[in-house]
Amino acid sequence: MKLGLVIDLDTCVGCHACATACKEWNGASAISGPLTDDSPYGADPTGVWFNRVRHYEVGEYPGCKTINFPMSCLHCEDAACVSVCPTGASYKREDGIVLVDQDRCMGCNLCAWACPYGARELDPASGTMKKCTLCVDRIYDTALPVEEREPACVLACPTHARHFGDFEDPQSKVSKLTAERQGFGLLGELDYKPVNRYLPPRVPPVTAPAPAPEAASAGPLSRLIARARLALAG
Amino acid sequence: MKTPTESRKLPMPNDAQKRIEYSTCYMCACRCGIKVTFEGANLRFIQGNRDHPVNRGVLCAKGSSGIMKQLSPAKLSKPLKRREGTARGDGIFDEIEWDEALAIVEKRLRTIRDTDPRKLAFFTGRDQMQALTGLWAQQFGTPNWAAHGGFCSVNMAAAGLYTIGYSFWEFGAVDWDRTRYFVLWGVAEDHSSNPIKIGLDKLKRRGAKFVSINPVRTGYSAIADEWVPVRPGTDGLLALSLVHVLLADGAIDYEFLARYTNAPWLVICDPGAPDDGLFARDHESRPLVHDDGAQALTGAVTFGTRVALFGSYTLPDGRTAKTSLTLAAERYLDDAYAPENVAPQCGVDAATIRKLAREMADVAFNETITLPIEWTDAWGNVHPTVTGRPVSMYAMRGIAAHSNGFHTCRALHFIQMLLGALDGPGNFRARAPYPKPIPPKQLPASASVHPRTPLAGSPLGFPMRPEDLAIDADGNPLRIDKAFSWQAPLAAHGMMHMLIANAVAGDPYPIDTLMLFMANMAWNSSMNTTGTREMLRAKDEKGEYRIPFIIVADAFRSEMVAFADLVLPDTTYLERHDAISLLDRPISEADTISDAIRHPLMPLDRDVRPFQDVLVELASRLAFSAFVNPDGTRRYRDYCDFIVRYEKAPGIGFLAGWRGADGKSALVGAPNPRQWDAYIANQSFFEFHLPPALQYYRYANRRYLEFARTAGFITDIEPIVMQLWSEPLQKFRLAGLQQYPGPKPRDAADQARLATYFDPLPFWYPPLADGEVDANAYTLHAITQRPMMMYHSWDSQNAWLRQIVADNHLYMNVQTAAQAGLADEDWIWVESHHAKLRCRLRTMEGCEPNTVWTWNAIAKQPGAWALAADAPEATTAFLLNHLIDEHLPGGAAKFSNSDPVTGQAAWFDLRVRVRKCAADETGVWPQVAALPEQVVPQRLRWGAA
Repeated sequence: MKLGLVIDLDTCVGCHACATACKEWNGASAISGPLTDDSPYGADPTGVWFNRVRHYEVGEYPGCKTINFPMSCLHCEDAACVSVCPTGASYKREDGIVLVDQDRCMGCNLCAWACPYGARELDPASGTMKKCTLCVDRIYDTALPVEEREPACVLACPTHARHFGDFEDPQSKVSKLTAERQGFGLLGELDYKPVNRYLPPRVPPVTAPAPAPEAASAGPLSRLIARARLALAG
Repeated sequence: MKTPTESRKLPMPNDAQKRIEYSTCYMCACRCGIKVTFEGANLRFIQGNRDHPVNRGVLCAKGSSGIMKQLSPAKLSKPLKRREGTARGDGIFDEIEWDEALAIVEKRLRTIRDTDPRKLAFFTGRDQMQALTGLWAQQFGTPNWAAHGGFCSVNMAAAGLYTIGYSFWEFGAVDWDRTRYFVLWGVAEDHSSNPIKIGLDKLKRRGAKFVSINPVRTGYSAIADEWVPVRPGTDGLLALSLVHVLLADGAIDYEFLARYTNAPWLVICDPGAPDDGLFARDHESRPLVHDDGAQALTGAVTFGTRVALFGSYTLPDGRTAKTSLTLAAERYLDDAYAPENVAPQCGVDAATIRKLAREMADVAFNETITLPIEWTDAWGNVHPTVTGRPVSMYAMRGIAAHSNGFHTCRALHFIQMLLGALDGPGNFRARAPYPKPIPPKQLPASASVHPRTPLAGSPLGFPMRPEDLAIDADGNPLRIDKAFSWQAPLAAHGMMHMLIANAVAGDPYPIDTLMLFMANMAWNSSMNTTGTREMLRAKDEKGEYRIPFIIVADAFRSEMVAFADLVLPDTTYLERHDAISLLDRPISEADTISDAIRHPLMPLDRDVRPFQDVLVELASRLAFSAFVNPDGTRRYRDYCDFIVRYEKAPGIGFLAGWRGADGKSALVGAPNPRQWDAYIANQSFFEFHLPPALQYYRYANRRYLEFARTAGFITDIEPIVMQLWSEPLQKFRLAGLQQYPGPKPRDAADQARLATYFDPLPFWYPPLADGEVDANAYTLHAITQRPMMMYHSWDSQNAWLRQIVADNHLYMNVQTAAQAGLADEDWIWVESHHAKLRCRLRTMEGCEPNTVWTWNAIAKQPGAWALAADAPEATTAFLLNHLIDEHLPGGAAKFSNSDPVTGQAAWFDLRVRVRKCAADETGVWPQVAALPEQVVPQRLRWGAA
């Protein structure tokens, strides 16, 4: 298996619902929780997040476009964070999920330096590294209704810009979306083979407005009146 | 190379301890369904309810952060009384018991009600219970009640309800499943949160075009297929230029106009006469049309009548009359509205305007939808199919918050009417209990004020003519906010933004007690925040506060709480009962009629009470007639009991689901003592699906109209005819012209405003302040929006959300900044004609070059909302409100900074200039003194054992 996410940049409006839903599920009793927040009501509020949304602009006014860009662990097939981990805390599961074993991690930060995506965050209270788990404690939880066995970010996303599934299965929703929409990985040149895929903005629909009516000798009001008579008589 | 995989055992959640509850979110006015998971006694997860009609399982960033709202240290925990010897605004209180708090309120209110009920002003902010607060005010007998609609969306509500019978925002929804072309006008990021997001995804999947008309490209506009950066305040001109193109091309739905609008109605053209501009009517008062078949004027229109859409006719009395559409076409075909002529003002080039109009027409008339749904029109004709012109629009704050917003919004409805794109498949569609007669049959009852007596009806309503205003015999306003006066005749939501200024000035009269619920008037909900804070503290020559007593009910320690003389601490949305009622701001969708509840999911851990219960308690103590039995004894035990047993009309109560003694009736039925249980057993919401034959053209759908009457939504089964030409507006204009045979304003300025702004056809005029502020000195338009992850001032206390946004910059177009020699992170002075402030600049591409903008309500008073005094919200964030005057700059302080038709606060009319600060000028300014700091955790480990 190769579990991961598809993130649709065509519909992401940058609302941060995925980020807070993630923070919510993965705090408290989740396998990496709690996720510490320092200075929560003070001068420099900072906390551990698995998923952060960034906002960029491309192009120049008025042809510019605003891109909202959620970023979390991409669950690389060649996960540098795992190779560099000196304690074996970071590991890759058979389903493709990259996890940090909180009991083995000593918070040395090597994995965070190795990760080119900035996907790992050190929890200052536990002294351990934390990251996206793809909600491993949701997706296999048979006590949940089947349709809710998805990562919290996917469940919450109001524009349904996030999809979860197995990229190894060509018939999965994520595989099909990636194929149909030319989904791409990030920083492919580094060859870490990130699993998550981003869908580029769709090409805007081509519109072909009706051509202007031929100029008539009559004034516009007379022309309008004539058309109204014709329309209503028919 | 692939990383080798391995398997390790993971601790999995213990589901045995879990408890699931369903309720309704409270983070904004969307009111999404939520599924709440508890682990033991602890909140564990709040997610969207998949079955809920509003959000269908999704949930925004605010809703997903509800746990942090519940855990906020800013929660109030005990009734508070301002400590003797301290000043209002210092925020120094003594805790008192509820018995004492209620006794204070009861005594004060009883005295007011026994003498002059107007002396209580009761205004509410972002609450979701206006049906109850409005009833309470009506029963108290004060006209001085309103919610925050006057500074939020009344231009949208009034324009819609005076034009099409429903409106943008809560009374209508886009048919996301079928629309092919969607135009979003001036919608800030925070509006209609999840429904719009869900809908935009549907559009994108189907390849429908999404056009965003907005000076700023963030949020929804970021994903628009076409972004049209319009200059603020000129949307109306752009819209009317689209009308020009549609008319010039003849690309309009003639049949729709003839059948469902007043396009064929004959307007008397007799300048100077008392009925000039009113509709010619027959002896039964039916509007006259010209029957092209019979070649005669008639008021008796049946379905087959070939009414004339255009023409000038001679009335039986010899005078001339023209059809509404003729008058409209004469106006909008004028070159003044040609794309080339409006382009310089709108900042949108002529080719784009033409293209937009033609794309809309192309989709409307060449991609028409036909559904095999048989329906019966209001005249009894059966149609085998339903036709849709799949163009839709949605609009909100960027239209509403200008002093020309009412007419601009009417211009948008004009486009929809011309295209025949209303309540059909693919259109902007009505949400029950709308559509209603135009305007709804509810007149403001503000005039009937007597001690110990309820008002004759709601203090708010929809005036039809000058006789319906809330003014005395001399023409003076009867309401403290001057709503329904000559200065704002159609102020259907009141004018909360003028409340404090008027009360402090004693204009039109002084009040005794101001009671506010969830309204942050000492901060981001007021214009002129600095001045408003001084007003709240202002004393008369005897040293008494000009507003003698302020009661604030809120769940959290807001800036306004600090100005209270008495604080009534409220509960959170997870701790109380609420009815999200069809009598209030409905959550229905186009095809379903819905309401919902909240119920306590967790026990109270502090000495607070639901404000609803407090209102029922006070109403009982003060013996309001609707709250006591005939023998004077208390009628309702508490809010829950009231919701179950109160009937607005026989069989119609606050909740429409599971009515009747057996709980089996929907919409109408006797009170059901187990109604709350039924809601709780059904995931806390009620949903009634309209059958397909009742889903479309509801303004003229006989079976729907019959149904709506049975459900109590309307009183008469008559077609709701949309109003291109507005007769109520013309009656006010005649009053301004001194031609009206009824009340007329005496003041020349009032006369001129009515004559100008009560145009019966939509028109564009520059924002009012533009005429009084030197546009050459203040070249930039300044606007605000809320980020999607926050809603007004509530969310800065949220430990998660404030990590996403805790301060704000002024955003400016890159080129504009370069020309002014400004760069990112520069400290700048931003000056309006009224005041100045200091903040930091950030440049961006996606901003119209004449526009600057910022996030609203990020800034906080130091110490408010339990934030540290050195929190960025207090040290680097700024509030644009300081620059906005609540009055027009004319000097006489006579007119409020509002739309002259509806009284809607004109937040976005603000013009500013920007200059770089001197090297030694840093830090935000103005600064306000810090409130006493609260003890808050320095580290949060939510869920730690």
